[in-house]
Amino acid sequence: MRAFIDFYNSSVGKKLIVGLTGLLLISYLVIHLFGNLLIFRADGGEAFDTYAEVLPQIVVIRIIEIGLFLLFILHIITAAYTWILNKAARGDAYKIQKKNETSKVTSRTMFLTGSIVFIFLVVHMRQFWFNSRYEATEGYSMFEVVRATFSNPVYGAFYIVAMFLLGFHLKHGFQSACQTFGIRTKNYVSFIDLIGIVVWLLIPLGFASMPLYFLLYF
Amino acid sequence: MNFTLKIWRQQNRTSKGKFIEYQAINISPDMSFLEMLDAVNRDLTKKSEDNIAFDHDCREGICGSCGLFINGRAHGPQRGVTTCELRMRHFVDGTTITVEPWRSRAFPVIKDLVVDRTAFERIIQAGGYVSVDTGSAPEASSIPVPKANADEAMDAAACIGCGACAAACKNSSPMLFLSAKVSQFALLPQGNAERRIRVQQMVKQMDEDGFGLCSNTYACEVECPKKISVVHIARMNREFLRAKFL
Ligand code: FES
Repeated sequence: MRAFIDFYNSSVGKKLIVGLTGLLLISYLVIHLFGNLLIFRADGGEAFDTYAEVLPQIVVIRIIEIGLFLLFILHIITAAYTWILNKAARGDAYKIQKKNETSKVTSRTMFLTGSIVFIFLVVHMRQFWFNSRYEATEGYSMFEVVRATFSNPVYGAFYIVAMFLLGFHLKHGFQSACQTFGIRTKNYVSFIDLIGIVVWLLIPLGFASMPLYFLLYF
Repeated sequence: MNFTLKIWRQQNRTSKGKFIEYQAINISPDMSFLEMLDAVNRDLTKKSEDNIAFDHDCREGICGSCGLFINGRAHGPQRGVTTCELRMRHFVDGTTITVEPWRSRAFPVIKDLVVDRTAFERIIQAGGYVSVDTGSAPEASSIPVPKANADEAMDAAACIGCGACAAACKNSSPMLFLSAKVSQFALLPQGNAERRIRVQQMVKQMDEDGFGLCSNTYACEVECPKKISVVHIARMNREFLRAKFL
């Protein structure tokens, strides 16, 4: 325990925790996305409804769910803590600092994009997860809920914007985690950037395709 | 060339500083930035005014004492040069140039543009050395070092400890400095024995000094006058992981 506290207290330790939890959350996003793609099956939502119904009945899934909550909490709290420490480390601010000439905007806005994604997450969980788990009545159809929600232009747009910002967050986050784990060496930079495109472009695009689909076709 | 200078003046550590405007008249384009400041100071001396304090020593880019934040950039707009190597021809005649000291809680301002960089000394004292009696120069090739390692260690050793990385970083993190020192030793057989303890102690000291945490924006790499690469930061992270878990 002592060793863990020392590790957590060190700056590099905190970075490693944010990076590790981030990478695990990305792998969750991939699974989540693949499951949700069932929504595009032209069967009136039957397959998707079955998927949504069966999934929570599996014990392992319920255990993983708890782990997932803990991951999110650890990621968010540690990142917020480092943000506070970093603000304090500057002291007096520069009167002029040309940050755009030295770093990318995605790398400087992780706290902002992360916060907005967090707000999205709360709304998203309330809308889909809490609803189906605790307020479902007889004949509850997840597909119908998704259709009704995404056909609402306000919610659909909110969802798409949130996915755009998630892409922003992942664009820096993925390669940054690789750097923190020390695997972003000269030989691997281009490879990591390539995988990064899948992560920051395809994942959010995949999720955004769902509200887009319902907005356009229903 | 003529310039209007907006220079940060601050009496001591505790006083509140502010910008004061000066005119730099008849400046040769071949002058270095520090020579331009010398010219302004000569005028101030003639008027019996307090000179602008700034740090400098070698004036050839090897000592690392001359860091200034010029027009919003560490060591000015040019890449791969220290403030003393920066020439006035890189500025547009007649413009205003803003000069600030490094700003970081770990680098308190001593006077005007001079900051206290002993935090870096403390980091070096925590582990940036090899504790063996080196004696006189050993027989060449008595300790085999692969050429690639020697080259990379040499690149890391180019760090002059000027503080531009921490000054430019939005988190005020000196990871490029620290990683250059860690790399330099980790790549060589002489540094091998203490690699675990070194990285842990240096990181601990960096945290105690109140520097921020690296969030990989890579602004340090852009501003480093010695063009040290962030691959050293990746190596340092590996060293840290290995020290903790292997
Ligand atoms: S005065 Fe020595 S590096 Fe500039």
